[in-house]
Amino acid sequence: MTITVYISQDTTAVAVGAERVATAFVQAALNAELNYTLVRNGSRGAFGLEPLIEIEMGAQGRLAFGPVSVADVPSLVTAITVGGYERHSNYLGPVSTIPWLENQTRITFKRCGEGAPTDLANYRALGGYRGLEHALTLSPQAIVDEIKVSGLRGRGGAAFPTGIKWQTVLDAQGEQKYIVCNADEGDSGTFADRLLMEADPYQLIEGMTISGLAVGATKGFIYLRSEYPRAQKMLERAIDVAMAEGYLGADLCRSGQRFELEVRMGAGSYICGEETALLNSLEGKRGVVRAKPPLPAIEGLFGKPTVVNNVLTLASVSSILADGGAEYARHGVDRSKGTMPLQLAGNTKNGGLVEVPFGVSLTIVINEWGGGTRSGRPVRAVQVGGPLGAYLSSDQLDVPLTYEALAGLGGMLGHGGIVVFDDTVDMAKQAHFAMDFCAKESCGKCTPCRIGAVRGREVLERVVDSTASSNDLILLRELCETMEQASLCAMGGLTPLPVKSAMDNFPEDFGVIDNQYEVAACTV
Amino acid sequence: MLSNHSLPVKAMKASVEKTVEQTAAKHAVSQGGLLPCLHEIQAELGYIPNAHLENIATAFSLSTAEVHGVVTFYHDFRTSPSAPQSIQICCAEACQASGSRELEAGVAGVLGVEFDETHPTDNYRLERVYCLGNCACGPSVRINDDVYGRVDLASLPQLVTEAVQS
Repeated sequence: MTITVYISQDTTAVAVGAERVATAFVQAALNAELNYTLVRNGSRGAFGLEPLIEIEMGAQGRLAFGPVSVADVPSLVTAITVGGYERHSNYLGPVSTIPWLENQTRITFKRCGEGAPTDLANYRALGGYRGLEHALTLSPQAIVDEIKVSGLRGRGGAAFPTGIKWQTVLDAQGEQKYIVCNADEGDSGTFADRLLMEADPYQLIEGMTISGLAVGATKGFIYLRSEYPRAQKMLERAIDVAMAEGYLGADLCRSGQRFELEVRMGAGSYICGEETALLNSLEGKRGVVRAKPPLPAIEGLFGKPTVVNNVLTLASVSSILADGGAEYARHGVDRSKGTMPLQLAGNTKNGGLVEVPFGVSLTIVINEWGGGTRSGRPVRAVQVGGPLGAYLSSDQLDVPLTYEALAGLGGMLGHGGIVVFDDTVDMAKQAHFAMDFCAKESCGKCTPCRIGAVRGREVLERVVDSTASSNDLILLRELCETMEQASLCAMGGLTPLPVKSAMDNFPEDFGVIDNQYEVAACTV
Repeated sequence: MLSNHSLPVKAMKASVEKTVEQTAAKHAVSQGGLLPCLHEIQAELGYIPNAHLENIATAFSLSTAEVHGVVTFYHDFRTSPSAPQSIQICCAEACQASGSRELEAGVAGVLGVEFDETHPTDNYRLERVYCLGNCACGPSVRINDDVYGRVDLASLPQLVTEAVQS
């Protein structure tokens, strides 16, 4: 009987011990004279179950064991060798029946964890490159139309319709155009881009190649944050293999079409996740935001028409071209079409990647997938959409997760990050952190962000120190309003969102010494 | 004694300059090559020497001020030598939610080094970082190139002992 063992090499899996577990497995298997093949796969994103060991034996399919500690390994190997694995304390049953995974609708993340990330034959066996093969038979306009039919919107946070962006670049005149992948996933609470790049890098490469065919671009860049060294290695290896196999380069699949791809590393700047700052950074400049217009679609990288899309947006393209835009649009509700890869993080028992159709309620994600807080204390606040998203209170959690519903609460879905806080959180400190972070990371180009964040931080220092007056809170509101209305980009424009939502939803944490806030606010 | 010492220092300075010039020449021909160039110089030398920003500027047909602006804009780049190892504590929201504020407040006490300083004996620098992409299993700590999850003040010293080379 052939036995194949899968242990993940994903950043989070390794952070909770997968490397040590793999070493222990190799040793225990040697002792037990077990014949097997070890595959270091990507993660499925069920981080509550990592380190996860999957074992494929004969007809039983893939069986899951997790979370496995080093101490569990010898008995696990014995159970496989001698029999009785069903009674092992880590046994979870066949992978396909784990509820945490089974109840998801995986489209973009369907291949993650299935095999070795840079194994191209495996990618093809799992349906990879069907999208590109289809795209090579279509005209550029027909590819763009397929994306429009899918209803795909930018997954980076701004949710701009991808088809319209591509149409603009297709229609733009220019000898040279570019595809830029924004892989500067700097938002705390988000890790979907990293997970995908580490587990299924070809899907991103395929999506970018299709994007190049659609708009007439022959060169692509992946701008990756320097905090993701594993993703860098995986992407670079995958690009080398794709080049060697004719899936990138001067003659894509012998079609005569050209597309080349390069990974460029960021250098620890949060603002470079903003698309125009990212373009400046790619050009070798300071990551300073550009005024729009001109849109990057018209004048982007090196002044040329450029598609700038998030990792998940570009990855989604490959399945849209493989299975059709209409199939993708079957999922979701209203103008939020398809699936949303949510990232459950912070104080949660079973965090990870939850890909579901738009419209699932936040409370279901937090309780049914997350299993409540890791600390066991009640949920008090949930920040949705990254550091620039709103803090929701525990009575707002039945909101359906769609772009529109979150906007209706004054928040945003953003890149799909969900950070759970228990009742020990001090919301004034969280508001202070938001301003402090903006002050530290502002590119400095526009005054509302550069100065506003510093003044906001000062006011919130007084709130945290319990020396603030009611006038301070009025001043803070005015600062927020100025930043929202007058900042050049989303960082200055959205930093007020966590600050104001913390004040509105948790007023008890914003005490003032003169207690006149209510009265003063009414008379302004 | 002094004159004996100055020879290798001179030779070292010449080799630093040569590394900078060669690296700059290599990247100056590629579009937007300045960041890859700075990354490579820092990987080679451990920092980007202020004294040789001019060499980089010349290769890229930029002013020294422009190169200085780029080097100082990005948190990753250093213009002076630093400890060869680093410990980074994630202080962003998802880690705050799972206990990084306690870690941030107490780390200097348990490790014996302040943030942005080098440990007196263990040759690493303690830094804050904002998100390592391990947000479901925080608090996260990166020691050199490895990320560790669910770290607290009780488990950190042991991790550091195992991962840091004295």
